[in-house]
Amino acid sequence: MSDWLPKDFWTRNETLVAGVIVVFCVIATISDPRFFTITTVSDLLRAAIVIGILAVGAMLVLVSGGIDVSFTAIAVFAMYSSTVLFLTIWPGAPWPLIFAISVVFGAILGAINGFFIAFLGLPTLIVTLGTLSVFRGFLLTFIGSQRISDLPPAMRDFSRGVLARGTTEAGNFYSIPWSVLALVFVIVLTWFILKKTILGRSIYAIGGSVESARRIGINVRWTQLFVYVYVGALAGLAGIIHGSVGRMADPFSLVGLELSVIAAVVLGGARLIGGYGTLTGTLLGVALIVIVQNSLIVIGIPTTWQSVTIGMLILLGTGVPAYRAKRAAARAG
Amino acid sequence: MTSRIPTKDITAAPEFRLLVIAVFVFGLMSVLSPDRFLSAQNLTSMAFQFPEFAILALAMTLTMMTGGIDLSVVGIANLSAVTAALILTQVSDPSMPAAQSALWLALAVTAAMSVGAIAGLLNGALVAFFGLPPILATLGSGLVFTGFAIAMTGGSAVMGFPDTVALIGNAQVFGVPVPLILFVALAVILHLILTRTAFGLRVTMYGANPVAALYAAIDINRMLLKVYVISGMFASVAGLIIMSRANSAKADYGSSYLLLAVLIAVLGGVNPYGGYGRVIGVILAVLSMQFLSSGLNMLQVSNFARELIWGILLILVMVMNTHAVAALRASFAKSPK
Repeated sequence: MSDWLPKDFWTRNETLVAGVIVVFCVIATISDPRFFTITTVSDLLRAAIVIGILAVGAMLVLVSGGIDVSFTAIAVFAMYSSTVLFLTIWPGAPWPLIFAISVVFGAILGAINGFFIAFLGLPTLIVTLGTLSVFRGFLLTFIGSQRISDLPPAMRDFSRGVLARGTTEAGNFYSIPWSVLALVFVIVLTWFILKKTILGRSIYAIGGSVESARRIGINVRWTQLFVYVYVGALAGLAGIIHGSVGRMADPFSLVGLELSVIAAVVLGGARLIGGYGTLTGTLLGVALIVIVQNSLIVIGIPTTWQSVTIGMLILLGTGVPAYRAKRAAARAG
Repeated sequence: MTSRIPTKDITAAPEFRLLVIAVFVFGLMSVLSPDRFLSAQNLTSMAFQFPEFAILALAMTLTMMTGGIDLSVVGIANLSAVTAALILTQVSDPSMPAAQSALWLALAVTAAMSVGAIAGLLNGALVAFFGLPPILATLGSGLVFTGFAIAMTGGSAVMGFPDTVALIGNAQVFGVPVPLILFVALAVILHLILTRTAFGLRVTMYGANPVAALYAAIDINRMLLKVYVISGMFASVAGLIIMSRANSAKADYGSSYLLLAVLIAVLGGVNPYGGYGRVIGVILAVLSMQFLSSGLNMLQVSNFARELIWGILLILVMVMNTHAVAALRASFAKSPK
């Protein structure tokens, strides 16, 4: 890239979202100077970890031209069933092993989605709506519907681990947990897959046009299967982190969050028709949603207006580019 | 359309398979729990239960016919119900004479229907004029509608209606539950719209092939606006029934109905990519679901297991409708040509 700014810098969703975040933070800081402190930042960061990991997965699915609404059910399923498994057979297991098993559970459930979508060619929204209720129903019927607060000790140890902690001059406590590293790891891995491997380029290609991708020799089925397995694995990771950090395996948590996560991704510029989507945009979208969900009250909007605000943001954030694309198409046609 | 299918091929229609499923489920439940499932009381209570989500499924059917989807139906239903509920609780007083309270009820119903129409108009405008994908447009607007309902009520339920409100959800006319009458009326209206009007033909053409519809000089924007307005008004009716049956209105009632409405439409043979869908199929799907759900209830199966079974059913039907399986079935059947 020869220029300092990309050519379409001013018309990108990323710029729009970043602008909204900056405006929000400025207004919030003016109305309450305590907003702009490390305590707020570390609170927001902690709230963003699970949503962030889920959003990276959801972004990958959107890029490939599909949509997945079942990942929250996968996350809860993997978290709860691996917790139950280890409590039964080996409560003293180290946390990396518990995490790995949760990721594997997630990947297996993702493979079920992938099978129906890649090999039977069913519509992604309908399949994942179906598997959402299958995974959730199976979990609550056969594995358990009780909250477990007596987690394996290693999971509780994980939640105590912090990268940095301290107290600000004003006396407010802050801490940045280990789980931030998981988000960083997921971002780096996904960046590598998307930008540096043939697989990643294939995901963008099938999102752009399945037929063209097939004709240039991309194995569409296995690429799609990979996408859903990867999303499942990320969901398994996000789920077990959610359980560990919250110190509670709650089979009713997370489900219901899927639309907010997809909203975050779409705000960040990923398109439902596939082929478009960046990690930067996704993370900005997550930041915006997390800030709106946690700090709306600071700028004087009552929390009862939270859904309206997020809904409006989705409509604006996706409506502006869609309208522009429609006008461009009309001019070209 | 039936006239075009020769009678010997009637078994090939997807609706025939649905009829078999519905009869099978009914038969199975009758055998498993004959004294309770077949009781008059159970049959009546089923007739009260299904219309609210069945009407949402009709709304979903119409939008799916255009290749779209309406994820905001539950949001519209609740916003309409909350609007009507606020009018009924603020203005009317439980001790007023029945005639006067019926008048207020009519006003509340009109307001609710207008809310549904306006909400639908907004969805239609987003899809038609701004070119938003229907999933996103209705996902976002659904949050906005739910959000308005939360903001209007502060998140709590609105209660304390005059007795006349029970007419919509709990009354019977000649022994037939009013919700069932409403459902049948809307189903007939939708069937007539889809099969007997130019608008219905346009919807089907656009769903089958949007580009061809454009070249056939169909006013697509106008058609899409109408589709989402009708869908919104259907959702309002469902919202009013829910309000009357629950004797209250709340922003988050019926959240599980969204999946159920999509499930029923797809189960009913509506093509989620657009272009095919028949009301009779949706009705058969609704009946199968209700028989299954009541039957499982009597066998004391938990709600969670019911969710599991619904999900499996949805995927199973989708798999059965795929080309691969259809080809397999054809290769087993005697070739008629």
